[in-house]
Amino acid sequence: MSNYDSSAIQEFNGGVWVFCEQRQGAMMSTSYELISEGRRLANELGTKLYGLLLGSGIEGLAKELGGYGADGVYVCDHPLLANYTTDGYTKVICDVIRAYKPEVMLIGATNIGRDLGPRCAARLHTGLCADCTHLDIDMGIYKDFLHSASTLPADKIDALNTAMVMGEKHDVSRDLKMTRPAFGGHLMASIICPRFRPAMATVRPGVMKKAAFDQAKADACEIIKPEFSLTQDDLETEVVEVVKAAKKLVDLIGADVVVSVGRGISKDVEGGIKLAEELAEVLGGVVGSSRAVVDSGWISADHQVGQTGKTVHPKIYIALGISGAIQHKAGMQDSECIIAVNKNDTAPIFEIADYGICGDLFKVTPLLIEAIKAAKAAK
Amino acid sequence: MKIIVCVKQVPDTSGKVAVNPDGTLNRASMATITNPDDLNAVEAALQLKEETGAQVIVVSMGPPPAEGMLREILARSADKAVLVSGREFGGSDTYATSQILAAAINKIGLEDDDVVFCGRQAIDGDTAQVGPQIAEKLGLPQVSYAADIHKEGDTLTIKRMLEDGYMTIKVHTPCLITCIKELNTPRYMSVGGVFEAYSKPYEVLDYNALKDDPLIDPSTIGLKGSPTNILTSFTPPQKGAGMMLEGADRATCEKLAGIMAAKHMI
Ligand SMILES: Cc1cc2nc3c(=O)[nH]c(=O)nc-3n(C[C@H](O)[C@H](O)[C@H](O)COP(=O)(O)OP(=O)(O)OC[C@H]3O[C@@H](n4cnc5c(N)ncnc54)[C@H](O)[C@@H]3O)c2cc1C
Ligand SMILES: Cc1cc2nc3c(=O)[nH]c(=O)nc-3n(C[C@H](O)[C@H](O)[C@H](O)COP(=O)(O)OP(=O)(O)OC[C@H]3O[C@@H](n4cnc5c(N)ncnc54)[C@H](O)[C@@H]3O)c2cc1C
Repeated sequence: MSNYDSSAIQEFNGGVWVFCEQRQGAMMSTSYELISEGRRLANELGTKLYGLLLGSGIEGLAKELGGYGADGVYVCDHPLLANYTTDGYTKVICDVIRAYKPEVMLIGATNIGRDLGPRCAARLHTGLCADCTHLDIDMGIYKDFLHSASTLPADKIDALNTAMVMGEKHDVSRDLKMTRPAFGGHLMASIICPRFRPAMATVRPGVMKKAAFDQAKADACEIIKPEFSLTQDDLETEVVEVVKAAKKLVDLIGADVVVSVGRGISKDVEGGIKLAEELAEVLGGVVGSSRAVVDSGWISADHQVGQTGKTVHPKIYIALGISGAIQHKAGMQDSECIIAVNKNDTAPIFEIADYGICGDLFKVTPLLIEAIKAAKAAK
Repeated sequence: MKIIVCVKQVPDTSGKVAVNPDGTLNRASMATITNPDDLNAVEAALQLKEETGAQVIVVSMGPPPAEGMLREILARSADKAVLVSGREFGGSDTYATSQILAAAINKIGLEDDDVVFCGRQAIDGDTAQVGPQIAEKLGLPQVSYAADIHKEGDTLTIKRMLEDGYMTIKVHTPCLITCIKELNTPRYMSVGGVFEAYSKPYEVLDYNALKDDPLIDPSTIGLKGSPTNILTSFTPPQKGAGMMLEGADRATCEKLAGIMAAKHMI
């Protein structure tokens, strides 16, 4: 006899689901990332992948999700879903989940996803793993990941097949293993949700790779319109207005090259940012920053890289006058090539930099711009 | 009117963090602080108190030493502190934590003109899930990521931040709001406040005090009531240090540009 009843979770055979967030009729790019990742998980589970799309007049966005791997999309179209409200979206999502019983539910860890996910998980009585950066079903792939991304001893990883759940050994091979940073990135944890379904995760935007788009699959994508009920009385919050930031935001996540500035620019803030812009321009990149620069009011928050900013993995990341605090590293350490300029040779950023120059960024950056221009011209 | 503020005591993760050989955190070696976002929540409550005369009650779940943190918040002119503490509550994930905190709030007594404040996210567990989950357990509307709050009668108008802008949301009391650092600048303790902090009401709620609430059930609290389990935890390996280039002059920059060209980065 088991200490807990696992029969209930077997009913949840409705596939892997991805909540596909759209804002004002525009799909969030993280929805495509999660569909692409969800495809892999669904294959490993031998089940289907569905998108879940809520909004008003948004059915036209659904088929495209098929092009990234969705077998079908559940579309919930209603005037009261035009703007995101916690109450409206939670009600519809929970009703549809109870009816169709997905095994896994992924949500982008955006400001909206992290509002919606916990509310749904609490209502459905299931577990939710926050802000995941790695997801696995297949044990072989999961262990390979641990071998390369953790400091756990190899024999400990190889022996990791069960977990103690309610006082007994539980085989984790079919559980979604959800890996996430905690303690400001100092610690990683793999979380499972063995006794309840769906296993839910919010997933950090920019981390999962978007698959190549396939028009034939988009054409074949099934559209399902589930029944649900929603009335004005269900909404206890009222959205008075939605204001988009006036300025065009920097596309840090999609950039191949990011040149970031830190507090090291303080003696000439404008000059420092201008140098970063020039360097970014010759490399075809964009300007990012540490949080110190945002907190000082020198640059807008959309530039911030790090734990509480954006996670980037460009081909080249250049850090100018950034010390390399763990919260900053959390957002950029997976960049293909990291170049750091810092006047302090013990700055922690040098511990992860592929190439480091110890010097004054105001002197080094202009020389580097010139040298890169010359190298490009010589090609 | 009451304002109930949930505050968590956390290890200070901004400096050096010590990790045990088995991959767990060495909490004993770290200083404890009040979770930063929670100080913004306390400040928002104190400002509303100044406007409306509301009573501010702070609630924390944690081990008995959290009393020190709660007294400090009383010294910032909160009116009452409640510590929720019990062996039965240990090992709770966010689902179980919110069951317990919701039961504690029920015990304090939630009335129609009350507001519950939480921080957006605790810097240790880092999930940002407890606020919305308490709201669900109490059946309250929630507004998260609050960067500005105005109250008129029983309606609150809140600026809710998004990555690409913000929403203005109207919500009525009772409701739950999660606060971010952009909301305000927390005040310091006053000398008089420190003096008074020890004469203000301080209550400890243990398992027996809460057990009659239907939210408190062995199957929904503590380790066994938590839907999630930690399979393993580990520290990420440090990426091997790369190459420090010699000097910081024109020749150095030319060398780097040369490497970048050779590796087809430019
Ligand atoms: C909960 C939490 C979340 C956080 N989230 C983030 C986040 O998302 N992103 C983030 O970046 N930070 C984050 N932080 C802050 C982080 O801890 C650091 O405080 C921050 O990254 C420091 O920024 P910095 O490197 O620009 O400044 P500093 O640490 O002050 O470093 C400045 C560097 O510039 C160098 N320097 C000075 N002058 C020059 C010069 N002329 N030429 C060259 N080098 C020079 C100095 O040697 C120094 O290394 C977070 C902190 C907390 C507690
Ligand atoms: C490495 C690691 C990873 C974890 N990952 C997960 C996970 O993915 N999913 C999961 O469900 N659990 C997870 N947990 C468990 C989780 O950390 C605990 O349940 C914790 O009690 C609450 O979560 P938090 O620290 O993330 O708080 P948050 O949800 O980030 O806190 C938000 C706000 O809620 C209030 N609050 C939170 N805790 C308290 C408290 N004790 N007393 C008073 N107010 C409080 C505060 O106002 C706080 O600002 C993890 C724990 C560890 C150690």
